[in-house]
Amino acid sequence: MSFLGNRIFSMAVIVVVLYLNGCGGPEVNQVESGNRDQILHLGNGTEPQGLDPHIVTGVPEHHIITALFEGLVLKNPYTLEVEPGVAERWEISEDGRTYTFYLREAAVWSNGDPVTAEDFRWSWMRALTPELGSLYNYMYFPIVNAEAFANGEIDSFDQVGVKVLDDRTLQVQLYEPTPYLLQLFDHYSTFPVHRANIEAFGSISDRLSQWAREGNMVSNGAFELTEWKINSHVRVERRASYWDAENVELNGIVFYPTENITTEERMFRDHMLHKTNDVPLDKIPLYRAEKPELIELAPYLGTYFYAFNITKPPFDDVRIRRALGMTIDRELLIDTVLQGINTAAYGITPPGTLGYSPPKLFGFDPELARQLLAEAGYPDGDGFPPFEILYNTSEAHQKIAVAIQQMWQQHLNIKVTLTNQEWKVYLDTLNNMDFDVSRRAWIADYIDPNGFLDMFLTGGGNNRTGFSNETYDRIIQEGAPKATDQKERYKLFAEAETILINSMPVIPIYTYSIKHLKRESVKGMPTNLMAYYNYKYVYLEAEE
Amino acid sequence: MFKFLGLRLLQAIPVLLVVITVTFFLVRAAPGGPFDDEKAVSPQVKAALEAQYNLDQPMHQQFFSYLIGLVQGDMGPSFKYPGRSVDELIFQGFPVTAELGLYALLFAVALGVLAGVFASLRPNTKQDYIPMSAAMVGICMPSFLLGPILVLVFGLWFDVLPVSGWGNSPGDKILPSLTLGSTYAAYIARLSRSGMLEILSQDYLRTARAKGLPEHTVIIKHALRGGLAPVIAFLGPAFAGLLSGSFVVETIFQIPGLGRFYVQAAFNRDYTMILGTTVFLSTLIVFFNLLSDVLAAWLNPRLRYQFK
Repeated sequence: MSFLGNRIFSMAVIVVVLYLNGCGGPEVNQVESGNRDQILHLGNGTEPQGLDPHIVTGVPEHHIITALFEGLVLKNPYTLEVEPGVAERWEISEDGRTYTFYLREAAVWSNGDPVTAEDFRWSWMRALTPELGSLYNYMYFPIVNAEAFANGEIDSFDQVGVKVLDDRTLQVQLYEPTPYLLQLFDHYSTFPVHRANIEAFGSISDRLSQWAREGNMVSNGAFELTEWKINSHVRVERRASYWDAENVELNGIVFYPTENITTEERMFRDHMLHKTNDVPLDKIPLYRAEKPELIELAPYLGTYFYAFNITKPPFDDVRIRRALGMTIDRELLIDTVLQGINTAAYGITPPGTLGYSPPKLFGFDPELARQLLAEAGYPDGDGFPPFEILYNTSEAHQKIAVAIQQMWQQHLNIKVTLTNQEWKVYLDTLNNMDFDVSRRAWIADYIDPNGFLDMFLTGGGNNRTGFSNETYDRIIQEGAPKATDQKERYKLFAEAETILINSMPVIPIYTYSIKHLKRESVKGMPTNLMAYYNYKYVYLEAEE
Repeated sequence: MFKFLGLRLLQAIPVLLVVITVTFFLVRAAPGGPFDDEKAVSPQVKAALEAQYNLDQPMHQQFFSYLIGLVQGDMGPSFKYPGRSVDELIFQGFPVTAELGLYALLFAVALGVLAGVFASLRPNTKQDYIPMSAAMVGICMPSFLLGPILVLVFGLWFDVLPVSGWGNSPGDKILPSLTLGSTYAAYIARLSRSGMLEILSQDYLRTARAKGLPEHTVIIKHALRGGLAPVIAFLGPAFAGLLSGSFVVETIFQIPGLGRFYVQAAFNRDYTMILGTTVFLSTLIVFFNLLSDVLAAWLNPRLRYQFK
């Protein structure tokens, strides 16, 4: 090497070393410092759209908003039973149609104002104001006239079944006894907001208002918003004036948008997160084998299914739909493609939904399926028109579709092609009913069979199959709401689900799972059907 | 010179106008709208939302009010992030992306020029083959592969650098800058090698050597200026490319830059955000191309002639 070559080479080394050193420094361990200071570092999926409880929709937003705001009630994260929130107690009338909430005196906003019954009335009026365009306004529809107000059919909110009896007493009037009503009052779409705070930044129906930002927001939850760096993190800190502050162990929570789940897993390994939002599927076997104490898998209140377009042949024939449904070997699919973390679904409602389990009306039965197909005019699949499975672009959906394609080919001798579309295109195709068979999923907003079964009412926006059955509609809309006790109600739901599954406009495939990584130092944050966090229960303990 | 600059700036206006028009109508032609979601939206709610964002107006009216807003520096509200304006989101993300791009470019130039010059001094020997093969690997290696490898080695095995973030913990800017810069370093290495090879065979260098100048003076004072001309010409487009192409690196390292907004906006059908980022980045690209033309002219007197 020449003299000059040597010089240039050593200069290159120096430049690189300087560059690295210039920005280098000690490595941080957020988990350890978090454990010491009671600061929870949480992987939270995506960047929150916003933090206005009446505008946003989505799980990441939900996780932040439940730290900042509090509704009438809370849930126990272990049992998911309702616990007092802003309301210290409530009474339910004998007919189950009138709820009276008594608000606690100690509940105050972060600016010191008391949380009153009027705050709730005004907030609910805001959520239902048609111009605001709240996507979750249907959560209020069990309340008398709420739907009419939201649709602009009545102008005065006084006609809606929400009455302020005095500063601390709120009465809610329902059409029918709604056993899941209290759960709705733990949903962020029914959380109170501070009227003067909203009005200081815009009108009641202003979506573009800046009130829900750091420095602007007045909130009533256990934590308050202290920092929000877009696409970096959201930080909340313990609020001393919260009515139950003495039972809040955490001093703060930092939420990280982690839309790239492999990055999230690396952040977890690098001790930057206490808990992740998700785990890459291909990492699960490794964690299970080597670090089982760090991975948590549990059922989730959601169902993965395929839906037929029953408005066009050949899927207008129930025998064909049933034949296809019976030839998906769910156990095999789960063991291979899904790493064994899900459970097979034979009904649309996940089993164990607050005591309700769907009837199992069919199983994996290629023999019977071939018979049904022959009866429908396609013995051994002869002459069956080729069709498409539509799914939104994703590796996981593709793997499942390939497996199912193969099962139908093998058991029924039917040829299927696969089509994937980008998310919004896929939604457009679904809404236009421009598909044969589509991949679908449903995650319920509250734990009740109704949250799944009302999807398939005639003409429902989420139906997207063409399914319509009068008896089914009657049970869901009239029968079940009038049922006097839960047992009778569940019996009616089972009847409706039997109609649905026997007619099979949808093929249930599996029940969703919660999967995430969690440090052992995190206590009081159990898995549950709804991936629901109650941060009052959470505390951090130093790891050995 | 000023005439040339003025002319080039005037040429930029129709270019940007075409970009805006095509983008505006193309995003609206794409299936699915900003408010479509897995949970169906009732017609009443959808109408209310469209009214809030003026989507209920006729298309040409929307287009002209967008243009008028744009001239006044208002790119409209984001559809995806209620309460945030596109201006705000861009001006929050851009400095981060620019900083990342700048570090990546510095790294790319430092490493690329050194490696290229080094290789050019002994063409077709080991001193040439090794850095040039490395450069070829660098060009071919996508950042979604290089990023995780660097993270694995420096973040997890040796545990000396953070695996993600930007400005939150010391040293978290190193790996993203290296990842983003490496492809460009490789390009620059190849460009400077070929530029130098061409110059080194020129007569005026033989003259310099004949005068008895030491070799390093010949290279540094006489050869580099001409040899690096292709690199200079590449810098403008490279920086524009770094700014608009940092999406993958930003995603791998959780960096709150503009690239993530750009790509997510398209998936979300966030009309104003797609337009805003496109207009902003096109303006930058036009600007940097102009800048590199000016730099090239400054370095090469022969080019200067055309400007008169």
